[in-house]
Amino acid sequence: MPRIGVYICHCGENIAGAVNIEAVREYAGTLPGVAVAKDYLFMCSDPGQELIRQDIKDGLVDRVVVAACTPRTHEPIFRKAVEDGGLNKYLFEMANIRDQDSWAHWNEKDGATEKAKRLIASAVAKAGLLEPLQDRFVEVTKSALVIGAGVSGMFAALDLANMGYKVHLVEKEPSVGGNMAKLDKTFPTNDCSACILTPVMVQVGTHPNIELLTYAEVASVEGSIGNFKVDVVKKQTYIDWDKCTGCGDCVNACPAKAPNEFNEGMDNRKAVYIQFPQAVPKKAVLDLDHCINCGKRSIGTQPRTHSVTGEPILAPCEKACKTGACDRSVAYDPAGERVTLQVGTIIAAAGFKAMDKAPFKEYSPQSPNVITSMQLERILSATGPTEGEFKRPSDGKKPATVAFISCVGSRDKSHHSYCSKVCCMYMLKEARLIKEKYPATNVYLFYIDVRTAGKDFEEYYNYCRDLGIKVIRGRAGAVDELAGDRLRVRAYDVDMCAPVELESDLVVLATAIEPAPGLPEMGRKLGINCGGEGFLKELHTKLYPVETSVKGIYVAGCAQGPKDIPESVSQARAASSSAAVPLTLGKVVVEPFSSAVDREKCSGCGICVPLCPYSAISREEVDGKLRARIDEALCAGCGVCAAACPSLAITLHGFTEAQIQAQINALTIGAGGGKVV
Amino acid sequence: MLKLAYLLAGGCGGCDMAVVDLSETLVDVLPQLEVVFWAPTVADVKYKDLEAMPDQSVDVGLVSGMVRLSEQEHMTRVMRQKCKVLVAYGACAALGGIPGMANLHTKEEIFQTAYFDTFSTDNPDGVTPQTKCLVDGKYELTLPEFYGRVRPLHQVVDVDYFIGGCPPHHSFVGQAIVAILEGKLPPPGSWITGGKAVCDVCSRNPGQQGGERELITSVKRTVDGAPEEGKCLLQEGYICLGAVTQGDCGALCPKVNIPCRGCGGPIPGVKDFGLRAVSAIASSLADEELVDQIPSPVKLFYRYALPASMLGKKVK
Repeated sequence: MPRIGVYICHCGENIAGAVNIEAVREYAGTLPGVAVAKDYLFMCSDPGQELIRQDIKDGLVDRVVVAACTPRTHEPIFRKAVEDGGLNKYLFEMANIRDQDSWAHWNEKDGATEKAKRLIASAVAKAGLLEPLQDRFVEVTKSALVIGAGVSGMFAALDLANMGYKVHLVEKEPSVGGNMAKLDKTFPTNDCSACILTPVMVQVGTHPNIELLTYAEVASVEGSIGNFKVDVVKKQTYIDWDKCTGCGDCVNACPAKAPNEFNEGMDNRKAVYIQFPQAVPKKAVLDLDHCINCGKRSIGTQPRTHSVTGEPILAPCEKACKTGACDRSVAYDPAGERVTLQVGTIIAAAGFKAMDKAPFKEYSPQSPNVITSMQLERILSATGPTEGEFKRPSDGKKPATVAFISCVGSRDKSHHSYCSKVCCMYMLKEARLIKEKYPATNVYLFYIDVRTAGKDFEEYYNYCRDLGIKVIRGRAGAVDELAGDRLRVRAYDVDMCAPVELESDLVVLATAIEPAPGLPEMGRKLGINCGGEGFLKELHTKLYPVETSVKGIYVAGCAQGPKDIPESVSQARAASSSAAVPLTLGKVVVEPFSSAVDREKCSGCGICVPLCPYSAISREEVDGKLRARIDEALCAGCGVCAAACPSLAITLHGFTEAQIQAQINALTIGAGGGKVV
Repeated sequence: MLKLAYLLAGGCGGCDMAVVDLSETLVDVLPQLEVVFWAPTVADVKYKDLEAMPDQSVDVGLVSGMVRLSEQEHMTRVMRQKCKVLVAYGACAALGGIPGMANLHTKEEIFQTAYFDTFSTDNPDGVTPQTKCLVDGKYELTLPEFYGRVRPLHQVVDVDYFIGGCPPHHSFVGQAIVAILEGKLPPPGSWITGGKAVCDVCSRNPGQQGGERELITSVKRTVDGAPEEGKCLLQEGYICLGAVTQGDCGALCPKVNIPCRGCGGPIPGVKDFGLRAVSAIASSLADEELVDQIPSPVKLFYRYALPASMLGKKVK
C-alpha cells in the first residue's frame, strides 16, 4: 500500500479565495492510500517544500501529490523537492486547482471546492500507481533551422551562425528581406530601410555557416528537440541558379507581364523576374503562371528547328541569357525538389502580412486613390513604382491633400480585435516624410487613439504635430468617391463633438498586421498552437516569450504578434540565444515518459510501426515470431503507439492505461457526489 | 465423471453446432461427461428438470446466446445457481453478439419494424407481442417479456469464464473443454484464449512476411474489387479487425479473403472492443478524410460487442 502525501497550496488568496481549503484537506485525508494531508500558504516557498522533504525523510510518505497551480511552471520545483527528500522525482503528481479550478470558478465557491476534491482524488488515484523512472539524455544535432528570412529570421540566423553553428535559413520568396525590404524609411530615426537592411541581407547571403534556401517552404517536421528531421520543398525556379548572375537580361527580354507583388500590385513585373534590385540571392525566377511560352517554347520541351536556317528556335529569355542559366528544356516540375535537413533546434520567424484594402468596403477600396500604408511605402520608395515620386495612382498627379485613417482592421471586432501596435508610428512617419518633402501638402490623420509608447516615440509625435500635420480624434466612417478623382472622408470628431468631412486627393489606410497566410498550417507542422488572433503562441507571455510548447522550437518577430523592427530584432536575438543552449550543451535531458513493449502481449500485428512519428519502432524475433521493439533513444513519449496498440502491449511510462483509468474513475465516480461547477 | 449443463439462451444455435463439430474429439471426451441438461439439441430434459436439481450440483455450465427475453434471464439465473463453473460460451453470451446491434434501436422501433413496417408483414389488427393474452375468453396464454435491450451474460449473473467466437472454432472448443476437464483454468473472470490477436496467426500479416505495415490509403468494402492474394486485407483498405481480435480461430476468415469482424472478442485487458478498434484503425489511416468512408462505423466496430461496451444502448 503506498503512503501518499497530499499538500494543498492556498497560493495566497489565489486558491483559498474560491476553494474551502480545510474541507478539501479533510476530504483528501480520507482518500485511499493517503497517509498525510497538509495545507500551506505557499507550497512553492522554501518552508512549503520543506514540508514535503521532511515528511519523506521521516518515512511518512513515499508518493507525493501537490494540489496547487500549474505543472507548466511549478512541476520542476516540486520534483526537485521530492528528489531532495530522497524519493524518485517521478513519484510525484500535481493537481491544478488554481488555473483549472479557483480562477475559472471564482464566483462559485461550493462548486470550486467540490471540483478541487475531484481533481485531488484523481491525482491521488494516479499517484498510487506511479512507478520510479529515470531521466534520459539524447545527443543534439549541432545545427539549426530558421523559418523566414525577414529581419527577425536573418538576425536569428546570423547570431547562430556567428556562434559557429550551421544554420539552414528557409524563405518562401526568391529573396531574403521580408516586409522590411519593402519599407521606405523606419521610425523613429527615419533611417532608409533598404540602406540598413541590405548589409544584413548580404551578410546572410555570404555567411559560410548559413545555407540559404530561398523560394522554398517547410513541408514537414518530425522528431523532437535535438533531432528534428525537416523536409523542405524548393520550388522550381526554372532558371539554373548556379549559372544565373542576376544580370537581368532575361527580364528585359521577357514580354509577359504580371502584377508586381513587391510593389503591392501597383505596377507590373515580368514573368521572369528578379524580386527587387537589392535581392539576395540576386537570381531570376520564372513565374510559369504568367509565362506566355514565346516561340511555343513551353517548359520541358526541346526547341523546334528553324525550317530555313536549321537553328533551334529559342524564346527571348533564352536568347538573352549569356550564361545558359535560362534553358526552357529543363523539366516541368511543379512539385519542386525535396531536401531533408537534420537540425537540433528550430526558430519560426515567418513574419506577417499587412492587410489588403479590399475587405473595407466603407472606404471605397475600388478607388485607385485609396491605398494601404504598405502601398504608400512603395510609392515613397526610390525602388517603387513611381521611383520615389509622390504621385497618386489614378493620374500620377501630386496630391495636395492626404488623409490617413488609422486602425483599419485593428481594434475592430469584424476584423482583428487586437491593436497592431506599429500603425500609429508608421502613419506618423509616412505623414512626416510627405510633410517634410512637400511642406505645402495638407496632411490629416484620423485616429481613435494615438499610441506612441516606445523609446523616442512621443518626441516623434510632437515633432509631427509641430510640422503642421493635423490630427483628428475620431474614427472615419466612410470614404466617398467624388468627381475629379477626389475623395471625401467622413468622420466624427470626438474632441469637437461634431461630424466632419474632408475632401482629399489620396486616402491612406493604416491596415492591420495579420498572421502571414499559411501560418496556422506551419504551426500545425511544427506542433505549435496559434492563439486566438492566429499568431504563433509562445510558451508563457511574460517569462518564456520566445519558447513554444514544443521543446526545441522557438518563435521570433511578427509570427508571434505585431511588433516593430527593434522589438523583432531583440526577440530574434533572444530566440537565437535560447536555441543555441541545447546546441552548446550537446545533449538534452528527456523526461523518461517513453513507451515500452510487453513482448508477451504483443501480437506482432505491426499497427504501431507506421504510426511512430520518430521511427522508433522496429521489430525483433522472439520465439520465431516478430514482435515490436521501441528504441528508447528515439522515443519521444508521444503515446500514439500506446493509444493504437490493439493488444494493450505498449505502455507509455508516466501515463499508463491503469493510471489514466484510475484518474478517470476518480473524476467521474469516485468523489463525494456534490455539485461540480 | 463431470456433470455438464448447456443452455441455449438468445443465440442462434451455431455455438451448439460448434460443439457437435468436435466430432471425434467429442467421442473422446464424452465418456468423461454426464450431460445433465442440454435442451433441445442433445438431451430431452425440460427447464423444470434443471430447476429441480440441487444448487451447485453441476460441475460446468455453458451458456450460449445473449439475454433478451425474461425466459432467458430466468434460465440464466437457474444455470448460475446449479453450476459450480459458468462459462459464457460464444460471442453472444460473452459480448452480446450480432443480436446486440439491436441496442442501436429502442424496443418500440424494433416492434414497429418487425410487426408493422416490413414489406411482408400482414398485421391488420396491429397486434404486438404481449406477455399475457386470453384466448376464446378462457385460456390465458403467456409469452416471455421482450426486454428493452440485449445483455451479455455477465450483466445478468456472475460469469467465471468467457469464450469468444461466432461460433467458437471447434478445435479451440476442444482445447477449452479439455482444459476444463483437466482443471487447467485461468483465474475466474478471464477469457479462455491464447491471448494473441488474429494477426499473430494470419499469414497475410505484412510483418510476418518480412515487410512492414504501412498506413491505410483507401477504404474499401468487401464488394469493392478483390483482395490481392496473400496481402494484408487492412493494408489494402478492407477494414479488418484482426489486430484487435483474439486469434483462437486461426485467422479463418482472412484466409478466405474475408476481413475479420471481431467475433473472437477483445484481447485480454481490453475493456471495450469497439473503442480499441477505433483507436487502432483510425490511427492507421493515412488521411483523416478516410474516416468518412468507413460505412456504418458503429455496426462495423461493435458488430459483436455493442451490449458489452460503454456505449450501452440507444435510450431515445
